[in-house]
Amino acid sequence: MGKYYGKGTINFDNAPSILSYGSAVGPKEGEGPLADYFDYIGEKSEFGEENSWEKAEVALQKNALRAALKKGGLAQSDISFIFAGDLLNQCVCSAYGIRDFDMPFIGLFGACSTMAESLALASVFVESGVAQMTAAMTSSHFCTAERQFRLPVNYGGQRTPTSQWTATAAGCAIVAPRKAPPYIKAVTFGKVIDMGVKDVNNMGGAMAGAAYETINNHLANTKQSVNDFDMILTGDLGSVGSGLLIDMFLRDNIEIAATHADCGMMLYKTKKQDVHAGASGCGCSASVLCGLILKRITEGKLKNVLFVATGALMSPTMIQQGESIPSVAHAVHISKE
Amino acid sequence: MKITNNEYNKMLTASSPKTKLYKTLPKAFLFGGIICVIGEAFLGLYMRYGAEKETAAALTSITLIGLAALLTGFKVYDRFAKHAGAGSIIPITGFANAVVSPALEFKSEGFVLGVGAKMFVIAGPVIVYGVAASVLYGVVYYIFNAAVA
Repeated sequence: MGKYYGKGTINFDNAPSILSYGSAVGPKEGEGPLADYFDYIGEKSEFGEENSWEKAEVALQKNALRAALKKGGLAQSDISFIFAGDLLNQCVCSAYGIRDFDMPFIGLFGACSTMAESLALASVFVESGVAQMTAAMTSSHFCTAERQFRLPVNYGGQRTPTSQWTATAAGCAIVAPRKAPPYIKAVTFGKVIDMGVKDVNNMGGAMAGAAYETINNHLANTKQSVNDFDMILTGDLGSVGSGLLIDMFLRDNIEIAATHADCGMMLYKTKKQDVHAGASGCGCSASVLCGLILKRITEGKLKNVLFVATGALMSPTMIQQGESIPSVAHAVHISKE
Repeated sequence: MKITNNEYNKMLTASSPKTKLYKTLPKAFLFGGIICVIGEAFLGLYMRYGAEKETAAALTSITLIGLAALLTGFKVYDRFAKHAGAGSIIPITGFANAVVSPALEFKSEGFVLGVGAKMFVIAGPVIVYGVAASVLYGVVYYIFNAAVA
């Protein structure tokens, strides 16, 4: 049974396994450096849904879930609970995606932190014995995010150098009682942190403070140090947020540059694909985790990864009312042993 | 170590790259200039075919708006605007793009609540404050004229 360490951290005595995982991405992501690791790459970002970007994202999520079930040789009925969320109002892409599947659905909103949030909850449900098998899933789509949070896709505006590109991607991981690696050893749920940043075109900058807080909390609560991990993987801080995170740890005389990696800087050829400060969106960390990282852990090339997905929790309404951007980060310790 | 919002924002400003004005300004000037040259060419063409200057100017605006709308539909205008910046926003073509892009985008929500309602999300404020400013200008102009007379 898991032990609550306080301050958001739960340690698992009987670390559950990630049994299977699947990822699905769009054409731009399919041209990126991680193309070989994704289970499904769409030829067009419509994914067969010509009239609606939202339906395209729904299709994307279904593909990730199907890939995860298929790779694990699982049936829909094997899943006791599915934890899922996305960026859109009312988390519609998750609800409409799961409507065709026969599994109890727990909808989540954690913005771009949803992959870590869902994975952490899925692990708690399995480890506590209430569920035999759970799924954690999330997605984002460049066009649905643009039309909800920003401007129409064909509007001729310029993006600022600190802006990030919302990934058209989805990822799904299936958690089951301890069997084979990768194992989930501990999780930390983050607090809502607001550093007073108001620039919605600098999300990485707004979220770095939350990542710093959660990483510090996780290390202190589990009595570990940065050196206990071979990778500290943040979700989508991009180049600006990553630099800031490294600088914040340097103030404490802790060097994390060598162990730190960021999904937002791995998904695209940042310069060539013109994504400015990197990738963002729930699907960014979900697809990088469920594409590349879990595979690397299974193969033994990575041993201990602290996966810290960060989310900016604002809405256009709150920003227009002059509010700053609150953010949250959740951490999941994924291990080979 | 605890960090205050003030310190954080200083660190953030230092680590955020700035817009490279030495690159964006000349580009905006060049591309905006090209749009104006195209406009001048149409103006000349219409006058050569016998249109009065005022009619030719209206025809030129209509032509530029039509072309920008078409290029927005073909997903070309935003790619051009990525480089042109203010050079493609300020001319009348930018206004056309600002109306056509949401109209196309929200087609999926139907012709009334989608296209009709969302067409002016970007251009609406420009029209509102444009009209308000012109009324104010008219009043000032009227008073000024009366005072001079």
